[in-house]
Amino acid sequence: MNLHEYQGKEILRAAGIPVPPGEVAGTVAEAIAIADRLGYPAVVKAQVLTGGRGKAGGVKVVQSAEELAREAGRILGMEIRGHKVHRVLVTPSAAIEREYYAGIVLDRKGEAPVLMASPAGGVDIEEVARTTPEKILRLLIDGRGLPAYRARAAARFLDPRWEIQRALVPVLIRLAAVYHENDASLAEINPLVVTAEKEVCALDAKVVIDDNALDRHPDLAALRDLTAEDPGEVEARDSGLSYVRLDGGTIGCVVNGAGLAMATMDLIQYYGGKPANFLDIGGSSNPDKVTAAMKILTRDARVRAVLFNIFGGITRGDDVARGLIAALDRMKVKIPIVIRLTGTNEKEARDLLGARGMTALSDMDEAVRAVIARAAEAA
Amino acid sequence: MSILVGRDSRVLVQGITGRDGSFHARQMKEYGTRVVAGVTPGKGGASIDGIPVFDSVEEAVAKTRANVSVVYVPAALAQDAIFEAVDAEMPLVVCITEGLPVRDMVEVAAYLRGRSTRLIGPNCPGLISPGQCKVGIMPGFIHTPGRIGLVSRSGTLTYEVVWQLTRAGMGQSTCIGIGGDPIVGTRFVDTLALFEADDKTDGIVLIGEIGGSDEEDAAALIERHVSKPVVAFIAGQTAPPGRRMGHAGAIVSGGAGTAQEKMARFERAGVPVAKIPSEIPGLLAAGIARRGVKRLRVVRGGSRKPVKAGARKAAAGAKKTAARRKTTKRKPIKTTRRSRP
Repeated sequence: MNLHEYQGKEILRAAGIPVPPGEVAGTVAEAIAIADRLGYPAVVKAQVLTGGRGKAGGVKVVQSAEELAREAGRILGMEIRGHKVHRVLVTPSAAIEREYYAGIVLDRKGEAPVLMASPAGGVDIEEVARTTPEKILRLLIDGRGLPAYRARAAARFLDPRWEIQRALVPVLIRLAAVYHENDASLAEINPLVVTAEKEVCALDAKVVIDDNALDRHPDLAALRDLTAEDPGEVEARDSGLSYVRLDGGTIGCVVNGAGLAMATMDLIQYYGGKPANFLDIGGSSNPDKVTAAMKILTRDARVRAVLFNIFGGITRGDDVARGLIAALDRMKVKIPIVIRLTGTNEKEARDLLGARGMTALSDMDEAVRAVIARAAEAA
Repeated sequence: MSILVGRDSRVLVQGITGRDGSFHARQMKEYGTRVVAGVTPGKGGASIDGIPVFDSVEEAVAKTRANVSVVYVPAALAQDAIFEAVDAEMPLVVCITEGLPVRDMVEVAAYLRGRSTRLIGPNCPGLISPGQCKVGIMPGFIHTPGRIGLVSRSGTLTYEVVWQLTRAGMGQSTCIGIGGDPIVGTRFVDTLALFEADDKTDGIVLIGEIGGSDEEDAAALIERHVSKPVVAFIAGQTAPPGRRMGHAGAIVSGGAGTAQEKMARFERAGVPVAKIPSEIPGLLAAGIARRGVKRLRVVRGGSRKPVKAGARKAAAGAKKTAARRKTTKRKPIKTTRRSRP
């Protein structure tokens, strides 16, 4: 789960990491009221869950209330990479001497979090990793957290001055603590700046929380910005489904199992079709989930045909069949549905569907070709 | 026994009284697995389908000599269940549960280092040696005994491929689901080494997906240490970047871990990559046939001693030894590869 900059900064601030003052505004009037208190020059920053805000014109330094009104008015409501800006962060502009990078992410191969530190901050760290990897220090973090002596090594890598290193050390240690205590998958400060007054502070914060850990962090779960998510994806999550909308697709899929769902999308493309979504109804047999899936897909106007691809393991084919029948009873589904069912209770499923005049194919390639054909007919 | 589970496996079910635990305990037993015990704290003394339930893994092991544990407990309790099984010195623990926080698995992975327990999963369907033992949730009837080893990050996609193999007359020695999470107890490289050393496995199918670098590590291992034919399929060619595709580990991060990269890496390693699952049986048959032809060449031309573990067993019969002589998969340079157990 992605958090906004202002939410990430609040978490860092609460952990004792220096963060500039700043508040969130949803209107121009609110923005001006904040800057009146915090002072000019100020920075107005779009709060959206995507990168590239600066390049898109979503981050501006302003010298006066008039300028703030103009820029905040422009930024609020603008779209950055498909994300609408509902809020801006207003913060006093800092005189920056140096910009560093400090971020913690999971190192899958190392099976542990890794601290990445680089004196090349304020730019895309992936670009740094590609072009000048020697400018990134990587420290794998073990069960001890980040011991002070390792934080000092990282600080030395960032800045040659002892008085700055001394300020960086607690920031790095606390960043590691933030990552651990909040079950983060990413905790990144870019840029981590040294100001003209030789102070260290986090000018940006990107914190992503492990979805699997949200149950044990209800306070973090409550920070979720539903307005920033695709409504289909919100509904899917509430129904216990996994759903990702794909651009430019016309064929909806409902599949049990993430790997099979990905392979189904791949197969649709292979045979010349365009998958509209990824949808995993998961491994437990629940007819309500089938209904929920059908609702999401039939509401997507691009979808011309739907493929059900169900291979039963934990999922019982007859439960899927009942769910499908129940869903179609409740809704008037106009688009063609192709069903592929194999596995546990396959025969019972076929009998149930057969009694309703529906046939289920048992070969996946055949089913994909059939749904592509039906979608083409419906066009 | 093919790899890891077989007729000698004595299986304990952690979480046996739950909905999934009880259902699958019965299903495993019906398949022919020796399900000797279940564990649910507080339900000791009960019985599920004739399987005795205990309060602790330690007690269950002491009373039944269980040597495999399969974990069906909810995600919030799964790390604890794994720790309990590891501390009871169970040789093999299979965690079916999906949804473990990554931090929990970071701690499990660290704890397992240096210990003798092998963990498979979490977030996996389990493993099956067809005709012998099923430890997990896969539908038994799609499998048939044979000599193809299969290792996969997926659940139902694995069944799809097994179904294709069975219909093509290519039975399976052992099918292992290693799970869809970013940190798992047993990776591709671990499983490939086991299959390479298994005298009941002739060919290997590897099913990967986007995210991480396990496939790349597997390709590197295959180049140097795997002589048996391998065929790969990578799911997620159409997955958009930066999105988690169901599995916690199925995400293209910072441009890395795409299906296309993985497919290219396997091709470079000489591993044929199926574009769609139905291509797998044909590619596998071709790979096995190619190896059979090379085998004949080696027998006629001269001798190269096999170095791999298991060679001692092979030496029991001269015919067997000749048949197992190592050959390279990369033409035209022939090198002897060592396999590591």
